[in-house]
Amino acid sequence: MAVIKTEDLTYVYGDGTPFRKVAVDHVNLEIEKGDFAGVIGHTGSGKSTLIQHFNGLLKPTSGSVYIDGERLWDDKARLRSIRFKVGLVFQYPEYQLFEETVYKDIAFGPKNMGLDEEEIDRRIKETAKLVGLSDSVMQKSPFELSGGQKRRVAIAGVMAMEPEVLILDEPASGLDPKGREQILGMIKEYHKAKGNTVLLVSHSMEDIARNVNKILVMNDSKLFCYDDTAKVFHRSAELEKMGLAVPQVTRVFSRLKAMGFDMGEDVYTVKFGSSLLLDRLGRKSAK
Amino acid sequence: MIKDITIGQYFPGDSVLHRMDPRVKILLTGVFIVMLFAAKGIEGLAVGILFTVTAFLFSKIPLKMMGKSLKPIVPIVIFTAVLNLFFIRTGKVLWEWKMIKLTQDGIDTSLFMVIRIICLICGSSLLTYTTSPIDLTDAIERLLSPLKKIKVPVHELAMMMTIALRFIPTLIEETDKIMSAQKARGADMETGSILQKAKALIPVLIPLFVASFRHAEELALAMECRCYHGGEGRTRMKQLKMSISDLWGALFCGVFLAGVIVVNHVFG
Repeated sequence: MAVIKTEDLTYVYGDGTPFRKVAVDHVNLEIEKGDFAGVIGHTGSGKSTLIQHFNGLLKPTSGSVYIDGERLWDDKARLRSIRFKVGLVFQYPEYQLFEETVYKDIAFGPKNMGLDEEEIDRRIKETAKLVGLSDSVMQKSPFELSGGQKRRVAIAGVMAMEPEVLILDEPASGLDPKGREQILGMIKEYHKAKGNTVLLVSHSMEDIARNVNKILVMNDSKLFCYDDTAKVFHRSAELEKMGLAVPQVTRVFSRLKAMGFDMGEDVYTVKFGSSLLLDRLGRKSAK
Repeated sequence: MIKDITIGQYFPGDSVLHRMDPRVKILLTGVFIVMLFAAKGIEGLAVGILFTVTAFLFSKIPLKMMGKSLKPIVPIVIFTAVLNLFFIRTGKVLWEWKMIKLTQDGIDTSLFMVIRIICLICGSSLLTYTTSPIDLTDAIERLLSPLKKIKVPVHELAMMMTIALRFIPTLIEETDKIMSAQKARGADMETGSILQKAKALIPVLIPLFVASFRHAEELALAMECRCYHGGEGRTRMKQLKMSISDLWGALFCGVFLAGVIVVNHVFG
């Protein structure tokens, strides 16, 4: 059964005022359990609005959202438990830190779930290890940390709730390449360790291609498609028309094909591309 | 959603009232208030009503928006009406029950008061409906600029107001975001006792505080980078200019004010 399902989901901002804007327009979608899905779309395409429906932060103007078969907003009192099931990490999550120590801040979510002290402690230690926060950091004030570390603390705060679905809105934006790598690495790690569903919103096609197995494309408030990575990147012409792009390495290989060196078109990662090239050049692959 | 609150209730449009100089609009709103209070009887008030309705029609503001601005004053209107209805004991007695006496004068006065309050609110809210908050502060700065002679820091005050107005939407958006983020972590802000609700605000207020300091610092830096040094010798990108529609507005207003005075004399 699909863990997230939407039926004609529509959301309108500022209805009845001159600022009216349809942000999500009749979206029908099914996301399976265990999927690692990338969410792409140009700025203002409705990605962020869409994902805020998945944990009941926004109420659909019309249509419905089902989480694990349960229709959201039928019972408002149930929304809180839905939020523990579907963890949402906002863009620039480090701005939501507020506690005196890193430890306490990560504990905020699990504490709200009503878990006992022991379980909370276990979860915090486990998540801290996963995101790479040392014990000495745990007792510091979150405001003393560097930007990248703050980001990790904030993401850990949601991961510690061990949600069945983890949604991250641009978790790596504004970080240096190394920081990006680390953040995306730990998300991948989380997906591998728990086998949970992960939705990753990103503008970087490279990040998407390297990590996910499915891609959700939003265009002008509408769902363009939700499909396997290969199939989506296959429609590169359409993506480019929307102002999106395929990974650079994919473009290199389609150009090579046009020049008469056909090595297949399903090249989305540099790693795979370079091994193909090395094979072609008659050498053994690097690793 | 907090985001849906309209700040300063500005309603964008392109009517004659929108195009008028904000300085003139502020002054004419003053004249309008004088006009309403100058009216002595219901006849004079009728001229005021006519003025309000005409101005409203010119502004092309939807009636629904007007209703919205009247909503918060409903308790005051009712209070005024009831007070006048039962505490004016002169005139012909229409109905009596124990201590309570309903007189013709009471009904007349309370009706007069209610209409005057409604006109007052409708007319003056036209100013804020047709003028953006930034234009308003600009106009206030210009109108108050003679006070600079007696060392009132008019420019600085106006700048503070502009910055405050500029950051209200930003901070609202930020509050919205932080609230959503904490709700996503299971924060419960709706249920519980007052004390619990106050406590639930801490995860919102602290990040908001940190954010506003960050904004202030960034803005100060940005202003300094552009050599801001106060109002001395500063020119403006948007010059306030009076046009023919301002003249018409002033004439229109003047005629109605005169109308009220004349009507007062004729019927008074």
